[in-house]
Amino acid sequence: MDWYPLLNSLRIAVISAVIVFFAGIAAAYYIARLPRLLKGILDVVLTLPLVLPPTVVGYLLLCALGPRRFLGAWFWETFQTRLTMQWWSAVFAVTVVVFPLMYRTARGAFESFDETLAQAGKTLGLSNTYIFWRIRMPCCRQGIIAGAVLAFARAIGEYGATSMVAGYTPGRTATVATEVYQLWRIGDDALAFRWVMVNIAISAAVLLAVNLLERRQRG
Amino acid sequence: MLLVDIKKKLGAFHLDVSFETGGEVLALLGPSGCGKSMTLRCIAGVERPDSGRIVLNGRVLFDSGKGIDLPPQQRRVGYLFQNYALFPHMTVVQNIAAGACRLSARERQAAVESSIRTFRLEGLERLRPRQLSGGQQQRVALARILAGSPELLLLDEPFSALDSYLRWQLELELLDTLESFPGDVVYVSHDRDEVCHLCASVCVLAEGRSEPKESVRQLMEAPRTLSAALISGCRNYSRISRLDEHTVRCEDWGVTLHTAAPVPPEAAAVGVRAHHIVPGEAAENTFVCAVERVIPGPFTAVVTLAVPGSREGALPLRMELEREKWEALGRPEKLAVHVAPEQVMPLLGGEACRI
Repeated sequence: MDWYPLLNSLRIAVISAVIVFFAGIAAAYYIARLPRLLKGILDVVLTLPLVLPPTVVGYLLLCALGPRRFLGAWFWETFQTRLTMQWWSAVFAVTVVVFPLMYRTARGAFESFDETLAQAGKTLGLSNTYIFWRIRMPCCRQGIIAGAVLAFARAIGEYGATSMVAGYTPGRTATVATEVYQLWRIGDDALAFRWVMVNIAISAAVLLAVNLLERRQRG
Repeated sequence: MLLVDIKKKLGAFHLDVSFETGGEVLALLGPSGCGKSMTLRCIAGVERPDSGRIVLNGRVLFDSGKGIDLPPQQRRVGYLFQNYALFPHMTVVQNIAAGACRLSARERQAAVESSIRTFRLEGLERLRPRQLSGGQQQRVALARILAGSPELLLLDEPFSALDSYLRWQLELELLDTLESFPGDVVYVSHDRDEVCHLCASVCVLAEGRSEPKESVRQLMEAPRTLSAALISGCRNYSRISRLDEHTVRCEDWGVTLHTAAPVPPEAAAVGVRAHHIVPGEAAENTFVCAVERVIPGPFTAVVTLAVPGSREGALPLRMELEREKWEALGRPEKLAVHVAPEQVMPLLGGEACRI
């Protein structure tokens, strides 16, 4: 059994989760401070990938990243490299699809934060940076960790947008999800079943980790 | 020396507060929603007034005319929040050390150690706020604020989060703290008892507007306005027509009262405290009432009295006296009562007052 799809899935998920972790926190923090109308619009736009079919997200991404589209064409002219059909192209797809999970859980955590703690910190002379990293983040860590792990779990399982943006090339862009589809399509049921088991095992382990984390937080 | 003169508009609510303190404990007394906390937040710098000035010991903290608005970090104003705002993920020691963040590491350690002793927190150093009692939390919050040696202390209803039986001891502790604090203190409360116990002067706030500063004793003996009388615990009040400098017709009660204090021409009402209504007849200010209800207090009896000629819908008079004295009267249905002219308080209406 060639383990490349697993390695590829994991590295895509890790990179996407890291990007989404910081982007989601930043978006949640700054968007909460915007005027109401702008906040409402951005909120819808950033949450949309959660409810759209991944194929629609993939289509929209190709509209920007495709070799003849503006970003893809510019990148080709500058670096002579395509933005699509690379293993790392999947990072674009997965990042967009899992972003809302991180954004919404982080926002919920920030909204339940008691703002008087930040104000008390200011009157005590603590810097805004200190207050963000040493007071706001630790107080919200449970929601933020839960969001990051959920985003990671979803990132491992992303199929639709990934298959459109990165395609399926054995040994290059294959992920666990696209491998399963490919094996099923060519009728290799036994191998497809093994990959299904691998996928279930990993996802279950991640969710188990979430539960353990939550229990320790409460205890 | 603290000088505050600020205005702020919040929807339909207008905050318009001005007062000055000089090394004393000043109370901002008013009902909830009158803008007391908002005033403190403006002084601390976590909220921005629309216009005005805030000057602390000659340092301008805020001046809309000159475009000065110091961030809270530079104001050196200690703010005790209603819920104490202790950092829940930090231990007692870490919380206090956060308050001493302006000091060098070595000074900070010394400051934390000494405030642990001052506030009797020995043995609690490694606990987190939620493991502490309400009183201990208050001590940690005070220790944390004072570790930064602020020039001004703002206390926002420090006892509202505590059970009433704990308050007495904590009031004594807070008295010690306030006495040893060198700077000004602004104490926000809606409880006249706390204000009497802890403060020297008081500024009444009603619907966002501040009244001139006065001594606490003045407020209790001769409140200037109806809203001041109400917040100082006066339960009986009536609109008046002024007959002469010492005589008023009480429109709500339908009686004429003599006052010892001169009634200013613009006076709109009089107030009489419940314990100043006394059973029995006297030369002046005597009237016969029907006894409506008797409500037992812990050691007193509260008796509501209907005055015969009173206006439709007027509140009954409230008389408060020791339970033994009431019981000695033998459950009368009608009762003659009187009010000494010294105890009839002429009151200005003020725009904030609706009778």
